[in-house]
Amino acid sequence: MSKKHKTPLLDELKKGKWPSFVREIERAAETSEMTDDLLGQVEQSYEEKVVHWKHGGMVGVKGYGSGIVGRFSDSPEKYPGIKEFHTVRINQPSGFFYTSDILRKIVDIGEKHASSLFNFHGSTGDIQLLGAKTADLETIFQEYTKLGFDLGGSGSALRTPSCCVGMARCEFANYDAMHACNSITQAFQDEMHRPIFNYKFKFKFSACGNDCTASIARADLSVIGTWKDDIRIDPEMVKDYAKKFDLHKYVIDKCPTKCMSYSAEEGLKIENSNCSRCMHCINTMPKALRPGTKGGATILIGSKAPMVSGPRLSMVLVPFYDIEEDAKNNYKWFKDLIEKIWEFWDEYGVSRERIGELIQRVGVGNFIESIGLEPLPEMVASPRGNPFVLYEEYAEAGEGQD
Amino acid sequence: MAEVSGATKRITDIGPHDYNDFLHPVIKKNYGKWKYHEILSPSHMVHVSEDGDKIYTVRVGSPRLVSSSFIKDLCDLADKYSGGYLRFTTRNNVEFLLDKEENIKPLLNDIEKLNLPAGGIGNVVANIVHTQGWVHCHTAASDASGVVKSLMDELYEYYVNAQLPTKVRIAFACCLNMCGAVHCSDIAVLGIHRRPPRVIPEKIINLCEVPSTIASCPTNVIRPDSYNGKPSVKLIEEGCVFCGNCFTVCPGMPIADPLNDGLSIWVGGKVSNARSKPAFSKLAVPFLENDPPRWPKVIEAVKTILDAYKKDAHKGERVGEWIERIGWPKFFKVTGFEFTKYHIDDFRLGEATLNYSAQIRQ
Repeated sequence: MSKKHKTPLLDELKKGKWPSFVREIERAAETSEMTDDLLGQVEQSYEEKVVHWKHGGMVGVKGYGSGIVGRFSDSPEKYPGIKEFHTVRINQPSGFFYTSDILRKIVDIGEKHASSLFNFHGSTGDIQLLGAKTADLETIFQEYTKLGFDLGGSGSALRTPSCCVGMARCEFANYDAMHACNSITQAFQDEMHRPIFNYKFKFKFSACGNDCTASIARADLSVIGTWKDDIRIDPEMVKDYAKKFDLHKYVIDKCPTKCMSYSAEEGLKIENSNCSRCMHCINTMPKALRPGTKGGATILIGSKAPMVSGPRLSMVLVPFYDIEEDAKNNYKWFKDLIEKIWEFWDEYGVSRERIGELIQRVGVGNFIESIGLEPLPEMVASPRGNPFVLYEEYAEAGEGQD
Repeated sequence: MAEVSGATKRITDIGPHDYNDFLHPVIKKNYGKWKYHEILSPSHMVHVSEDGDKIYTVRVGSPRLVSSSFIKDLCDLADKYSGGYLRFTTRNNVEFLLDKEENIKPLLNDIEKLNLPAGGIGNVVANIVHTQGWVHCHTAASDASGVVKSLMDELYEYYVNAQLPTKVRIAFACCLNMCGAVHCSDIAVLGIHRRPPRVIPEKIINLCEVPSTIASCPTNVIRPDSYNGKPSVKLIEEGCVFCGNCFTVCPGMPIADPLNDGLSIWVGGKVSNARSKPAFSKLAVPFLENDPPRWPKVIEAVKTILDAYKKDAHKGERVGEWIERIGWPKFFKVTGFEFTKYHIDDFRLGEATLNYSAQIRQ
């Protein structure tokens, strides 16, 4: 197939050692002719330094309000192949695990009915098929559901939850993040497919404080693994590491709570009650140290990117959640907590207000009281430093005098 | 929306495919029973279970935006060497999962034949997470894939060889919507606008919901107005911070401007809880113009930061921890970046970032 468009600027991006997305668009155009026009339009953007997609547009499949993101070229007469070039978000399997067999079937659908162009994966976690025509959406949807895959979230809905590799291939995992992610996604299908929220809501599950899903920065609800009991130590392996590097310089002195000591005679000692489960020592000596066996999770709330009132990190809501125990009960406690949070957001939130912004607006104290949680010192870096306290208790004259 | 015939049997709300169907038998057997891992090279590592079983991981970089043919190439490699089992990472790498150590070398050879980079494990520049850019987004202030490709070409050696004090995570977002954790990265490149949106009342009255357009503004400078007797909005331009959120909800307020759109550079963020707490990335360079197709100014700025970090940081120190140790004045000195009034935060919570002490490295 010959290229319709001359792309001297994009051709520059076929040079160099890193795999080229331009080459990938060209390869996609070899199996889907429509994709050739994408090269033309992107080349025009490179010439003019401006985007050439029209603003959004509502498209979707019957019964779903999310999962497809409308995308229309602003120059359809020039680039008819991408007049409609919508994104189909396909909910990834937990942990991004695949077999070659299922992957071939997933991409075959994109070759047959759309652009042959994919994101593995989108930022939120979905497999994204970029470039489907409106008339083909229903067929694409049905082909994916026949394969056992469903659409992900978009718009003011629950966005596709995602998780780290967890217990499948990581010794740091303190709870079964893949199981939790899959179960919670299944439980809230309606909230994901039919947007009824003020704005988006994201869950991310990371099985330790290293937080490979970046949940603390970009999940309205971050579930981060931790443990209750003592760090497991293999003293022989500690000695081994001590031969390889300066244990004091790279482990002991870097401990944020200074809860560790080491000497050749005494070996490694950890004051576990003062350990904040930061993961540094375990990261540095994975053969010698392991998290304890009583795993669980810290639940944090409210992180988000800048829109609308500035970026936020998640703050502690529940210091230790016995998630493995709750898993036996199909995560009932967790789901009840989520329902209470959503009810509060529904009642008091305004349009385009994320839960973290709402909590900032109404105050953390009011929020936790409304969802039935107790104030805890783990929620704050320090208590308040100003005296503008909204006292609710006071005595009336004459009280307690009889 | 496409019409659906009543006779069609539709499957809906089945949720994600069960991951158990795609797990390698060694992973299934040792699920939750991994004992330790060892990084054997920047491109492969081994996880060992309590039973002594081993699973080898070979990691390969991908450009995220890929063709079906790219995926089929990976599938062929997986069939040949890993029993068909593979996964992706949260940073768009591909991981082949092998139970036979002897397959690692021939797999790496075949990966090289496909001109794919094997690496990304340990003290490396990790694969850059990024957004859609001009390729597939309507609010982009820059392209994403092109900047990332240009950067990774230049930083290629840092991906395939582990030669940094510790890992460096770079992220790219083409507008302030930031679909990705750009705001907590060691180095973040962020697309920005510098002029207010145009207000096109003819479009606003027909295409926009006025209350949500007003609600979208972080500085409350979009105010109600009327146009030909219909509800519209007006903009107090002096208060606009050029975020583009109004355009996201209202097509009548386009903000893209080829003359003034560009990129900014942010440093020192992290999401991991190891040692120091998770932190936002802070402004290093307020504006660099878009210079496609290779964005040399961005590459120069990122390399300046990386070079200074590599030269001066202690082993194991993340970019933010290094800057914390040497202080921001020295960071600006060693990078040569100009410190301007834009670096002093004047938005909500900004006053928490001022220096309320006499602790100054003189």
